[in-house]
Amino acid sequence: MDDRTSPRLQRREVLKWFAAAAASAHLPDCCQEAQAAVPAVKGYGTDPVLANVYKPGDFWPLTFTPEQRLAVTALADVVLPEDHLGPAASTLRVPDYIDEWISAPYPAQQKDRTALLPGLQWLEDESKKRFQGSFASLPETQKHAICDDICGTGTVKPQFKRAAAFFSKFRSLAASAYYGTDAGWKAIGYVGNISLASFDGPPPEVLAKLGIEQTVK
Amino acid sequence: MPIITSSKTKPEYDVAIVGSGAGGGQMAFTLTMAGLKCVMLEAGRNYVPETETAMFQRPEHTPLMNTPTPDKHMGFTDATVDGGWEVPGEPYTQASNSEEEKFWWWRSRMLGGRTNHWGRMSLRNGPYDFKPRSRDGLGFDWPIGYDDVEPYYTKVEMLIGVYGTNEGLENTPNSPEGVLLPAPKGRASELYLQKHAKKLHIPVISIHRAVLTRPLDAENIPKKLYPGNPAAQRIIADSMRMRAACFWATDCHRGCSIRANYQSTTVHLPPALATGNLDIIPNAHAREVTLGKDGKANGLLYIDKTTGREERVKARAVVLAASSGETVRLLLNSKSARFPEGIGNDSGLVGKYVMDSVGASVGGHVPAFENLPPHNEDGAGGPHFYIPWWLYKEQHAGKLNFARGYHTEFNGTRAMPGGRSPLGDDLGKGAYGTKFKEEARRYYGSFVGYTCRGEQVPNENCFADLDPSVKDKWGIPVLRWHWKWSDNERNMAAHAAKTFTALIEAMGGTARSSKVAIENGGRVIHEVGGAMMGDDAKKSVCNGWNQVWQVKNLFLCDAAPFPSNADKNPTLTIMALAWRTGDHIIEQTKKGEL
Repeated sequence: MDDRTSPRLQRREVLKWFAAAAASAHLPDCCQEAQAAVPAVKGYGTDPVLANVYKPGDFWPLTFTPEQRLAVTALADVVLPEDHLGPAASTLRVPDYIDEWISAPYPAQQKDRTALLPGLQWLEDESKKRFQGSFASLPETQKHAICDDICGTGTVKPQFKRAAAFFSKFRSLAASAYYGTDAGWKAIGYVGNISLASFDGPPPEVLAKLGIEQTVK
Repeated sequence: MPIITSSKTKPEYDVAIVGSGAGGGQMAFTLTMAGLKCVMLEAGRNYVPETETAMFQRPEHTPLMNTPTPDKHMGFTDATVDGGWEVPGEPYTQASNSEEEKFWWWRSRMLGGRTNHWGRMSLRNGPYDFKPRSRDGLGFDWPIGYDDVEPYYTKVEMLIGVYGTNEGLENTPNSPEGVLLPAPKGRASELYLQKHAKKLHIPVISIHRAVLTRPLDAENIPKKLYPGNPAAQRIIADSMRMRAACFWATDCHRGCSIRANYQSTTVHLPPALATGNLDIIPNAHAREVTLGKDGKANGLLYIDKTTGREERVKARAVVLAASSGETVRLLLNSKSARFPEGIGNDSGLVGKYVMDSVGASVGGHVPAFENLPPHNEDGAGGPHFYIPWWLYKEQHAGKLNFARGYHTEFNGTRAMPGGRSPLGDDLGKGAYGTKFKEEARRYYGSFVGYTCRGEQVPNENCFADLDPSVKDKWGIPVLRWHWKWSDNERNMAAHAAKTFTALIEAMGGTARSSKVAIENGGRVIHEVGGAMMGDDAKKSVCNGWNQVWQVKNLFLCDAAPFPSNADKNPTLTIMALAWRTGDHIIEQTKKGEL
């Protein structure tokens, strides 16, 4: 039986996560368990129309509750904020892509779901415990105070190990989505995916910086 | 004649062709240009690259940002229909439970087959590659040599359009003057490697790929290919004019709606159909070659997948180009009183000596590429350079612990981001916020990856037979794979990994990840062999004309007849041999020999 058809396995994963979190400090709300079960939907199949433009939700229903969406949006914008390199993650629909990801019926995504949803719950509980508010409602300094404990800089304290794994996964997913957009491409310095009349190779300043010459004449 | 259904077939054809990929496409092209009436069976659906290709879709436009899934094993936009490592309803089995003895079999179920998504690497086998046993005493020689195939390499290159340069390196043949299209300019990481590999005496040269770097010369090429055949010239010229040159964007694995790269569906099949001599039946899953009382093949039984019914086509000759695995399966499933072990299998060698390419990879990080000024490196949708096998002399002198060679393909470009994080946690050191974005930008384009494509020496432990009990959804027995790499391949993979680390270090970088362990059999999707050609009917399945020894009007025109699997990717050789076999069929037909 694979992960897709095994709600029991999924629950076991979730419980494991909770057990670790409980051992570390406090017991999160176990209502998450029901939501972490597998949605009974199919993937996009082996012969989808490839030439269309799609958006999250086109192939399977999304998961986040309004509260989860608020937390994801807030965290995505902390991870990838508006700055001199480009817009904030939420303006590029990054929360939608994360929702699409954890809602997908495939094993790898289902596995991430079991890290992401309890992780979000931990984030909310931690925010309430430390600062008496939901994560999205906190001022930037308090959001950063929590993120600094779990972002992976330096040594992560034992009680934050699971939360740190969640943050790492979240950052990776958010970046995967952010850099798959036009604005994300500008932010990272990708200037392709446009038709050109000729391909001229690297420009002179690149050749000079690397100390190379074009050898194909 | 057109794409048809099984109810519209003619009573009899000159030739029935199974498969529409590189071998079947070339065969249909060659035969129909000469006026032979052909029917082609394709197990998958019709496929139209002009309208079905995801050309400029960004990761954000695709589900899961184009990440591979169990439905699309190479990502959403990959030009594969109903295929991948598993095909629903069409299982295959493994003889061993051992993970490393697993064989992975990539199939697709679409017109044009795997030509729609391949990497377009189009390397000629060299003279050594046809006579490997004569050189090192291992494996098998081909019954034909480079000189037999050379004219057909040239014709195929002229027809499909291949870019590259002639470097005159050992066993790395030049094409005749004027045949190759201009090589694309080197990218920064390619040029940088080329410069620094010199310290290790490793040549980095332009690769040959089936991508048009300028429009084909529709005025002159058709006349050279078909002198004295104005109808063929006109059809080919029209088809060439329908193909645009590469506009230097989008990955070739997506296929190409402007027909700038080679796919059977954009290059071979349209002109073959334009002759009026070709019927194509999609959704036609061949199950058996039928044998007449005269001992010759007289057609095929197939499942019409749209109705589930068994149907029959009749033909005076049969060509199998279903992919080496499917061709083996078809031969083994074509049992009769005369051939109880499968048609043409008196030697018992059908299914034997299957080979794949040796794959091993190393990835690395090169600080010199950090923070380069942004510039467009999409290029021709695939590699511009590669490293041919270069250690012939050292090997000859006994300095290597393995036989045969590998070529090296690599990436290191500022390729389309998205779908994966641009910054690993180890490099990001926990960064988030603007710091993360700055680090992502700094590192973007600084990662390189090298992978080998090496020659496997054929061995007794790599073969396919019919599973004694498992059948596909139409009740047709399926293949069971047997696989064991030998130390030769493992030593080669280790050598490649060591070389790649040295290359990365020569550029001032560090190796970060490596799959030093050899990839599973089949993973490189270069499976060849299983119906070896030879010059002795007892020791081979077909002769040097790809003609089955015991059934003279049955021809095998995919990679099944390959007695060896040179490091050069097999597709160009499949096409060259199919054209050569097609010419032979035409000649034999004229003489009334078939």
